[in-house]
Amino acid sequence: MMSTTVTTDQFMQAIMDTLYMVGMSLFVGSLIGIPIGILLVVTRPGGVLESKMLYAIINPVINIVRSLPFIILLVAIIPFTRLIVQTSIGTSAAIVPLIIYIAPYIGRLVENSLLEVNPGILEAAEAMGATPFQVIWYFLLPEAVGSLILSLTTATIGLIGATAMAGTVGGGGVGDLAIVYGYQRFDTVVVIATVVVLIIFVQGIQSFGNILARKIRRY
Amino acid sequence: MIELKDVYKTYTRKGISNDALKGINVKVEKGDIFGVIGYSGAGKSTLIRLVNYLEKPTKGQVFVDGHDLGKYSDKELRAAKKNIGMIFQHFNLLESKKVFDNVAIPLILLKKNKDEIRKRVLELLEFVGLGDKAGSYPSELSGGQKQRVGIARALASNPSILLCDEATSALDPQTTRSILQLLKKINAEYNITVMIITHEMSVIQEICNKVAVMEEGRIIEQGSVLEVFGHPQHPTTQNFVKTVIQNSITNSMQKSIKREPGSGIYKLEFVGQCASEPILYKMIRSYDVQVNILFANMTEIEETTLGKVIIQLKGDTAEVNKALSFLKNSGVGVEEVEKHDVNYSYN
Ligand SMILES: Nc1ncnc2c1ncn2[C@@H]1O[C@H](COP(=O)(O)OP(=O)(O)O)[C@@H](O)[C@H]1O
Ligand SMILES: [Mg+2]
Repeated sequence: MMSTTVTTDQFMQAIMDTLYMVGMSLFVGSLIGIPIGILLVVTRPGGVLESKMLYAIINPVINIVRSLPFIILLVAIIPFTRLIVQTSIGTSAAIVPLIIYIAPYIGRLVENSLLEVNPGILEAAEAMGATPFQVIWYFLLPEAVGSLILSLTTATIGLIGATAMAGTVGGGGVGDLAIVYGYQRFDTVVVIATVVVLIIFVQGIQSFGNILARKIRRY
Repeated sequence: MIELKDVYKTYTRKGISNDALKGINVKVEKGDIFGVIGYSGAGKSTLIRLVNYLEKPTKGQVFVDGHDLGKYSDKELRAAKKNIGMIFQHFNLLESKKVFDNVAIPLILLKKNKDEIRKRVLELLEFVGLGDKAGSYPSELSGGQKQRVGIARALASNPSILLCDEATSALDPQTTRSILQLLKKINAEYNITVMIITHEMSVIQEICNKVAVMEEGRIIEQGSVLEVFGHPQHPTTQNFVKTVIQNSITNSMQKSIKREPGSGIYKLEFVGQCASEPILYKMIRSYDVQVNILFANMTEIEETTLGKVIIQLKGDTAEVNKALSFLKNSGVGVEEVEKHDVNYSYN
């Protein structure tokens, strides 16, 4: 008979922590990342608000942040985190680096989704005399919604992976539980339970994203 | 109405420049159905995209209703575009929106109120024959139906000009015909000036009254369709005309022609009224000549019949000359085919 030192309450708390971290950082990350993605598309050469300067700034900055592994980002920005949330440990402290990690990623994913939109549609928009804002709002975004949902699904799954490392700053969550109890104390049950929960999360989110995207696309 | 004055367009990409238009002069009058034909890469799309300033000319001016588009601010340009509808080869509909919302978009951009939009969209869908498709998605429609949605959308803001870039090139011949008839109806009922880009001469023949033939960024020939079809000058134009009007004697016929002394071969051209009169019959009855018809073709262009006939005349020189004068006096174009000319074709 296998036994575990982790209580059900602890386990439930870990799940809640993970959901909280993923949810918060996805929300704030999207608020930052979606506009970044839009900005990348409209300021790029040939875009409706072409701006060499803006594009030349945003593009490399995103690349730089994106090239940092999360675990390094987590530690590197501790002073900044402390400034924002007044602490450098705990769940809230983990959310700051998670946002900085995910926002540029969402930006890139959104950029790719928007670039998939048939350029002919933008040409039609331009021929109608749409303003740049109208092009984005009435043409670009509606045409990309299905793809945007799939992008956010991918981002969410990426976040779940990143939260597992949040334990480094005492962020909690199921990943933390697996490392602290499962790996360091050889509690196999916790490891298995964690893996099962993560698989369910990822599968659930992916399926949900797929269904939603298909429902919205209808084509 | 639409005028391009000495327009040049050079695309520059990565240091390589490409002269897409090299000195274009075009004038489209109000109410025209103006066709621009040319092979792929001739610069047709570039030309039509200048009319609504999707492309800016490198040199030269574009006038619409007497206004130089180059002098407009961005805002004025956007306002001017509401007066110019455009339809595309691949329709360019929003796949995520229902037919109704696709047609409504130009009106939404104009900030019309909901009731007004609803009324106008349903009226337009009825006009293009899609009264029952308001709730469908574009993916549920056939190519012809999609183009009808495109047309309804282009008409939503009540434009006075409609630009069509290869609007029927993705459609089968029967659907093409029905779309062309719709464009004709739009031109007639709303007095909308239509400019059509195509690589198919049949499209020009079917609905245009004027045509410009393009090659390598230049207009090599332009005029009324009847003129250009009747007497194509440039080899490229002749090739295009050949695709819709058979204009040469069959090979076996050519071999059987005997160039005897006292006989001559003539190309006759009947235009309009004289194509429907029994002129050849009268000639045979009145003059002592033998007539051998080598080739005959009748085509309708701009609702005018154009007949091309090649005959061999045998007989006394004086009688033949009298017969030829009779033809000329009856309004028939007559041209003798030289003895050494073995290419009995109309060009
Ligand atoms: N946006 C563009 N950038 C660079 N070259 C272009 C562009 N659009 C068209 N061209 C070039 O201009 C020429 C004319 O093209 P186009 O007007 O599309 O011809 P057509 O419509 O008659 O096929 C071609 O050589 C094409 O490659
Ligand atoms: Mg073209």
